[in-house]
Amino acid sequence: MPFALLKHGLSADYPVEVDLPPPCDLKPRYDVVIIGAGGHGLAIAYYLAKYHGVTNVAVLEKAYLGGGNTARNTAVIRSNYLTSEGVRFYAESVRMFQELSNEFDFNIMYSERGQLTLAHTDATVRAFRQRAEVNKHFGGRTEMIDRQQIRELVPTLNLDPGHLPVIAGLWHIDGATARHDAVAWGYAKQAAKRGVEIHQLTEVQDLVVRNGRIEAVKTNRGTVQCGCVVQAIAGASSLLMAKAGIRAPIQTYPLQAMVTQPFKPFLDPLVSSSALHCYVQQTSRGEIVFGGGSDPYPLYNTRSTLDLKESLLGHAIEMFPFMANAKLMRQWAGMTDMTPDYSPIMGLSPVENYYLDAGWGTWGFKSTPICGKTMAELVASGGKVPALIAPFALERFSRFQQVNEMGATAASH
Amino acid sequence: MNSPTRLPAPMGLLIDRERPLRFSFEGQSYQGFEGDSVASALLGNGRWLLSRSFKYHRPRGPLSMAGQDANSLVQLPEEPNVPADLHPASEGLKVAGQNFSGSLDSDRDAYLGKFSRFMPVGFYYRAFYKPKGMWKIWEPLIRKKAGLGVLDLDFKPQYYDKAYLFVDLAVIGAGPAGLRAALDAANSGAKVLLIEQQPVLGGSLNYARFDIAGTRATSLRAELLAAVEGHPNIQVLLRATCNAWFTDNYLPVIQHKRMYKVRATRCLVAAGSFDQPVVFRNNDLPGVMLTSAAQRLMKFYAVKPGQRAVVLTGNDDGYLAALDLQEQGVTVAALVDMRTTPVDSELATELKRRQIPLHLGSTVYEALHEAGMRHVSGVDIRPITGQGKVATQGLQLACDLLCMSAGYMPVYQLLCQAGGKLAYEETRAEFAISNLPTHLDIAGSVNGRHLLDNVLADAARGAAEALAALGLDVPTPAAFAAERPVNFPWPIFPHPKGKDFVDFDEDLQVRDIVNATRSGYRDIQLVKRFSTVGMGPSQGRHSALPTARLVAHATGRSIGETGVTTARPPFEAEKLAHVAGRAFDPYRQTPMHRRHLEAGAKMMPAGLWQRPAFYGKAEDRDRCMQEEARHVREKVGLIDVSTLGGLDVRGPDAAELLERLYTFGFAKLAVGRTRYALMTNEHGVVIDDGVCARLGERHFYVSATTSGVDRLYQQMLKWNAQWRLDVDITNVTAALAAVNLAGPLSRQVLAKVCEGIDLSAEAFPYLGVRLGKVAGIAARVLRVGFVGELGYEIHVPARYAERLWDVLMEAGAALGIRPFGVETQRLLRLEKGHVIISQDTDGMTHPAEIDMQWAIGRKKPFFVGKRSIEILEAQPLKRKLVGFTLPPTSAQPLEGHLVLDGADISGNVTSCEYSRTVGQIIGLAYAATHQATPGMHIPIRVEGGEIVQATVVQLPFHDPENQRQEL
Repeated sequence: MPFALLKHGLSADYPVEVDLPPPCDLKPRYDVVIIGAGGHGLAIAYYLAKYHGVTNVAVLEKAYLGGGNTARNTAVIRSNYLTSEGVRFYAESVRMFQELSNEFDFNIMYSERGQLTLAHTDATVRAFRQRAEVNKHFGGRTEMIDRQQIRELVPTLNLDPGHLPVIAGLWHIDGATARHDAVAWGYAKQAAKRGVEIHQLTEVQDLVVRNGRIEAVKTNRGTVQCGCVVQAIAGASSLLMAKAGIRAPIQTYPLQAMVTQPFKPFLDPLVSSSALHCYVQQTSRGEIVFGGGSDPYPLYNTRSTLDLKESLLGHAIEMFPFMANAKLMRQWAGMTDMTPDYSPIMGLSPVENYYLDAGWGTWGFKSTPICGKTMAELVASGGKVPALIAPFALERFSRFQQVNEMGATAASH
Repeated sequence: MNSPTRLPAPMGLLIDRERPLRFSFEGQSYQGFEGDSVASALLGNGRWLLSRSFKYHRPRGPLSMAGQDANSLVQLPEEPNVPADLHPASEGLKVAGQNFSGSLDSDRDAYLGKFSRFMPVGFYYRAFYKPKGMWKIWEPLIRKKAGLGVLDLDFKPQYYDKAYLFVDLAVIGAGPAGLRAALDAANSGAKVLLIEQQPVLGGSLNYARFDIAGTRATSLRAELLAAVEGHPNIQVLLRATCNAWFTDNYLPVIQHKRMYKVRATRCLVAAGSFDQPVVFRNNDLPGVMLTSAAQRLMKFYAVKPGQRAVVLTGNDDGYLAALDLQEQGVTVAALVDMRTTPVDSELATELKRRQIPLHLGSTVYEALHEAGMRHVSGVDIRPITGQGKVATQGLQLACDLLCMSAGYMPVYQLLCQAGGKLAYEETRAEFAISNLPTHLDIAGSVNGRHLLDNVLADAARGAAEALAALGLDVPTPAAFAAERPVNFPWPIFPHPKGKDFVDFDEDLQVRDIVNATRSGYRDIQLVKRFSTVGMGPSQGRHSALPTARLVAHATGRSIGETGVTTARPPFEAEKLAHVAGRAFDPYRQTPMHRRHLEAGAKMMPAGLWQRPAFYGKAEDRDRCMQEEARHVREKVGLIDVSTLGGLDVRGPDAAELLERLYTFGFAKLAVGRTRYALMTNEHGVVIDDGVCARLGERHFYVSATTSGVDRLYQQMLKWNAQWRLDVDITNVTAALAAVNLAGPLSRQVLAKVCEGIDLSAEAFPYLGVRLGKVAGIAARVLRVGFVGELGYEIHVPARYAERLWDVLMEAGAALGIRPFGVETQRLLRLEKGHVIISQDTDGMTHPAEIDMQWAIGRKKPFFVGKRSIEILEAQPLKRKLVGFTLPPTSAQPLEGHLVLDGADISGNVTSCEYSRTVGQIIGLAYAATHQATPGMHIPIRVEGGEIVQATVVQLPFHDPENQRQEL
């Protein structure tokens, strides 16, 4: 019995620990307005307060806190990307995740399970080897492993699905998972403690831009003046950017995931196969979570489809035949803002005091801490772009300096 | 405890007493009857404890007897989490409990319930991480306690399939509403599909009571069933569940081992409503069940649910159920009605006549239990003094059955998936569904109609609306009568000692929900995520309503404002096998596949295709490849290239289309000539290549990469949908088979079997294309040079492929012909420095990086990617694909290894192989521009971290003057 729980059992009244602040009135003006109270928006607010003493901050959320893609993602944390820019960035994120529970005084249940990605073709083996090498170059723990090693890691895995036998695997020891909601709550709790205001059910309906600067945001609860604005939403990044007069090379696709009933634990690593467009993990509750590729057409909707479920679960059974008897409990979707190079957009925008944290496709959750930290640095410095996020500027698309992560993103999230 | 004997007929609608069966539970043998569910058979034997709860491992027995709760989940040898109240008992079936340590009856983990105070809502967020690193120790311990049943890891998938149905009207639920609506619609000519979860039609008519005499249900049921059964316009699916609603009435219906995928023009949901529990202390004990569950037990299975019952109710239905119980010999010790207002006077009189004590304005405050909490043993009845408040003194009664019903919650799941909204009607204390799409309707108690006549009238209305939409005859619908509310507004009675469960699946008590809101989790979605309410197997069937009420009260909002969490598919847990159906695992073989196997080829996947990697054993790869390669260089080899994409482009604008799609110029290409074709996308990135052969003024034959052709064909159609050129594009990849006959002796081989083509170098030069006959088969013959030798690509209709192969092999036998595989071809082309798109290029490669600027037509006004290429070419080049060599003794880099530039990564190896022809390890790699001059050394980090210094060389490695291919 951990000491922290004793007070709950021994005190007559429930010792209420307030994590999320109660609703309050909007002030007429804030130094920083952050649009979107997901993991990212809350992390930016927290690091602004913690490292830069900036606390006259409002985080505006149209629905409930952490209810967008923070709530809908499948909580994969990893850094085995392909480009130097990507690996450097995500590796730092993984390091920060490892500290969050103690930093928040709130258990995010960070669980280092390792991520295994399967290669079924020689082309994939080449790509994986490159990812392993880039990862190692930047201090990450990633190895190519053979069939025998895969068998030892995941004895229940079928190594010969259909006509695509597994040739090799990419074993990312740093691969992890965490309680995704808790990440948002932890940031919210600590940001609020430092004076940041979080306003739920507060939808930004328009932006007031004059002479290339943003002056105010219009919400369903009235207009708020601001020193600067950070856009930190997902699923409608380009629509909000359009309100600021900014064109974005983003297309929004639904991404679906599903979960079974809870079963006694049998699978520790996160396992995915790019050829089968399927990844599988067992949560701390014992449920099996499945995910795959984005839907084949852009759409602003979080509906579920039968087609995707059929193909995804067909592939899941090829990987783990015994799962045919497992029962699916729930299917859901998020909206992913896909960029042409499968990398995010962070940094400055054509509007002077409007900062972008957008285009997070299927890779937003795993970047939460580092994105929050670097974006806070950017905002606090009044627009000095930290080196770690400089490659992810919006203007890379017009300058043909993309950071191509397409190969390292499909079906691995 | 209950007697194992069954009640006499007419109880036991589903069981066949003539056919007893034996099965086992937890190793003990039990008798049941054909038609029994596992749970009913066990209860018939007096066995109530079926499972242990998720968190506190409390004993649990059936709650709903309808497969709608987690209390009845049991373990079969091959299948965990099986609802015992739905799963049929069968001869020899082995059933076990789940989620316990030791035995189900004395679970060592049951102590956890005593520590519930130390495990407040979300306790795991508040502990286990201090000091730093502790979580790594705690997590595996906590993880061991996770989950419910055990998956059989050796289970082999069985045969499951799919079927497709198209109907005018799908009716979901065959209770009174569903039967009436189906009948009305069918009588007017609609083709109706009637979907029922139970093994029999009738729904609540089978188990509920609608009048004091108890005859109404039986007669109505008989009348409706007689008309529906055998109706030519009604197809009935029993034991079938419509498990989701997808856009445009696309309905997956699961029955046995099949999923029907139904498209319905109209859909009418008549799925009824879920009986709701009352929240009080120990409301989870075995023997405490929903009132409808007790009725189901008696009427379906002839199981007497107890000897002495207390019925706790918030509506008139509880009174009727009390009559049912008494008629079957159960002593009703008390009817506890939470309402204070006088009820139906006839019912009250009947109760009095039958000497059933009535306690108005009271509730059960606590269920009492035997030692070990194995069964309810009594109740503490208290007068209600306010919302959720009771008097300090009460009455204790002994009982072995407690039936509870706080009212009903519509079966809203499918409807919310269709965009339906739940609005709370304060006066009726009930959620109502609105905002449905026009082609989806609801009728009966799911629509808030509970009086039987109103249910039927609502069904008639629903049928009429469907018929009107279908353009069929519309009967006149009946009028509705006034009805009393069925929901008690606040059936929640918190107890200071807790165990007043709101969510049975997750062991959540009243205080857990309230405390979640006090910690700031005020939104219903946040309450769910923090407390896990509604996240268990029953997905909030019984917890959504009390949670909405508690959260609304705790946060000072209305219940309507608070709402319930989103319902998503599936309606009930579905096996992956049902969704997946038969595994389709498409792959492609070329028409020469058999010949490769006969020749001992090691096959490899290439996209969807199977191709020979080389001919020989896997372990002899290097030797086989080198020998095959030498053979092509010195004599002649044959490779199957049928998988190469083939596109026929015909029409007056054929050349114009290619001008726009590919970087090169094709307008002036002479008939009978071929030209290399490179394709870029709008970003100027190289995405495919092939050869364009001009067969006629208006006819091109274009090849594409094996893996790229399908996408490319789509792209071509997409572009031409915009451009509207007068051109016809056909993907002939599978229609044609092809081989490449390559090597210095290839002309001699071909000459033996070729008619109608002058093969001399002058008449048929390098890059020419000719039509003629090879082996007597009409063929397109192209002179190509991918492997760097004199060579002919011969394309023939796929059906003649084996013949072509055989004739060429025979013709070449005397000259030593032998087949070679893809891996050998890769080596040969590497020696020539030819890139393979997608192996030597990546998602960023533009033509200048791979020295392909020669393949760009500069005079054309447009091609896809032109603008981007011009922008890219104006920028300094950052990296280049270079050829490199290493001495044969060096460690060989593998494809994917990195090229370094100081502390940075400047590129990666894309191709690398030992070449016997060159006598060196040769390869292609990206390197920084300043590293790319021939003669320079590039550091490559190979396996084990060693760094080798490779020499950059001019490409190609072999035959730099290209003399061999142009012979």
